Amino acid sequence: MSAAHSHGPAVAEPTSFEFTVENIELAKRIIAKYPEGRQQSAVMPLLDLAQRQCGGWLPKVAIDYVAHYLDIAPIRALEVASFYTMYNLKPVGKHFVQVCTTTPCWLRGSDEVLHACEKKLGIKPGQTTADGQFTVIEVECLGACVNAPMMQIGDDFYEDLTAETTEKILDALARGEKPATGPQNGRIRACPSGGPTTLTESAIKAGVKPAGQA
Amino acid sequence: MLRDEDRIFTNLYGFESPFLDGAKARGDWSGTKEILDLGRDKIIDLVKESGLRGRGGAGFSTGMKWSFMPKTSNGPVYLVVNADEGEPGTCKDREIMRHDPHKLIEGCLIAGFAIGATATYIYIRGEFYYEAANVQRAIDEAYASGLIGKNACGSGFDHDVYLHLGAGAYICGEETALIESIEGKKGQPRNKPPFPAMAGLYSRPTTVNNVESIAVVPTILRRGASWFANLGRPKNSGTKLFCVSGHVNQPATVEEEMGIPLKELIEKHCGGVRGGWDNLLAIIPGGSSVPLLPKEICDTVLMDFDSLREVRSGLGTAAVIVMDKSTDIVKAIARLSKFYMHESCGQCTPCREGTGWMWRVMERLVKGQAHVEEIDMLLDVTKQVEGHTICALGDAAAWPIQGLMRHFRPEVERRILEYRTRADRGARVAAE
Repeated sequence: MSAAHSHGPAVAEPTSFEFTVENIELAKRIIAKYPEGRQQSAVMPLLDLAQRQCGGWLPKVAIDYVAHYLDIAPIRALEVASFYTMYNLKPVGKHFVQVCTTTPCWLRGSDEVLHACEKKLGIKPGQTTADGQFTVIEVECLGACVNAPMMQIGDDFYEDLTAETTEKILDALARGEKPATGPQNGRIRACPSGGPTTLTESAIKAGVKPAGQA
Repeated sequence: MLRDEDRIFTNLYGFESPFLDGAKARGDWSGTKEILDLGRDKIIDLVKESGLRGRGGAGFSTGMKWSFMPKTSNGPVYLVVNADEGEPGTCKDREIMRHDPHKLIEGCLIAGFAIGATATYIYIRGEFYYEAANVQRAIDEAYASGLIGKNACGSGFDHDVYLHLGAGAYICGEETALIESIEGKKGQPRNKPPFPAMAGLYSRPTTVNNVESIAVVPTILRRGASWFANLGRPKNSGTKLFCVSGHVNQPATVEEEMGIPLKELIEKHCGGVRGGWDNLLAIIPGGSSVPLLPKEICDTVLMDFDSLREVRSGLGTAAVIVMDKSTDIVKAIARLSKFYMHESCGQCTPCREGTGWMWRVMERLVKGQAHVEEIDMLLDVTKQVEGHTICALGDAAAWPIQGLMRHFRPEVERRILEYRTRADRGARVAAE
């Protein structure tokens, strides 16, 4: 119920909002997924579109715009925007860093990942760097537990982290690079790091060495 | 150990293309029309015969659930796929969506046909941006090839499949909260009855199934109900995706036979417990909601619904969270209490107030800053939350604490005593 709303950089609340031409096209396609008269179903994807257009957060005018667009009461859109954690009601940095600290990640060192973020960026969870580049927050389970500890930055998952690889990723982003996503320890996705113990034939075909083979 | 030829998810690690070319090479979409030609009742009977039990946590018979749907209906009927994977420890549906999405889409068509649904909505948690992109691409491919949509697979049956993304709310994994969310509302569970089979999405008959439950159906029907039923133990049949996280040498998601011994699962596929099996403290065998098990139970327990129920835990989502002896077990469970507090939707008072209260007491117990009597008070509160809320989130918040006290009460008491002793000593020093 409690949404993780961060203390964002000082960005003035815009006074107007409307979808770009591209987003109007996308919005039409989204609304068409739902039965006639059930356009309220599109409120979540449309709020997401609006948030992406606004640079990662939802000003009040954008929420009202979506409500108006769907012909629903503004409070219906606002209560959705404030219920779900992925909607930011305050501005966030260009790189929105979400560190999972729920038990499976915590067992494998999410404290170190979080500390690495704090140290590297000089901010605490919930804060944004002065240059507006990074916001860091702690989040609940993001569903990549066999690749713990992990963090999500923007849409990207960075997995199997250590303090060191965390800092490397943040450095790369600060330099304007796009670091490789997924596991940071060389393993293949959710496969055991020593090589697959199952599906050996397709592993070999893909050039992957199964576990226990020299 | 399960043989590779008996595995359903043959692209679990993404060694091959997840898309239509790769899927067809793996046998997906072969003979789908013939399966539909069996007819609704026959398909439901076969799924019942296979013994498939829901893979989302509750373990209810999938075929039975389908049979609750009305046989005839004027107007739309829905299949909703629960891909809001969020139970801590659980990341199996993610692998299906990103590496084998056609198994899910084909399952939607067959299950949709079996329950007489006009459309499927797949509800994917919003954080799975790329997983959703793969599923959407698979949907687009299936439409373009005539596999879904009008006259799907040439069967004469029309079936649409749509994606709907969530936006960060664990509670939407509860089926009626998920339905509310698709309707564009806050994800707050509905009172039941009416059950979704009578009035679900848009008040129409609806079945909600987990991703894995749906994705295994095409293979079951191709290979035969008895093939699936003969794997595992009676009433606990088939194969299962296990996600093993925490203190193992090689955390991984793997498909195994139901009923595999927990120890074998960890030693064969995950390189064993960090520091060896004797370094094991406890395991949460089925996702954060189920009670933990101490090492002596883990030594022999089998990984299926009934075996885990017998030891007062559960298979849940088959998300195995391993904790070695370095673990602060009280803190590990306190962190889960914080999770449930954060995720309570706030609708029912026992859960809204109880989850926060339980977390605050748990935090004190981590330090031992409590009275021994408070352990029983805490257990009493878990009992007042459990079963007194609209949905099972209240139960899920209560069970990990109950499991902790059942197996690790002496450790909790030891901390309280230690804290007292320290405080007394401090007081004496201050008085001198």
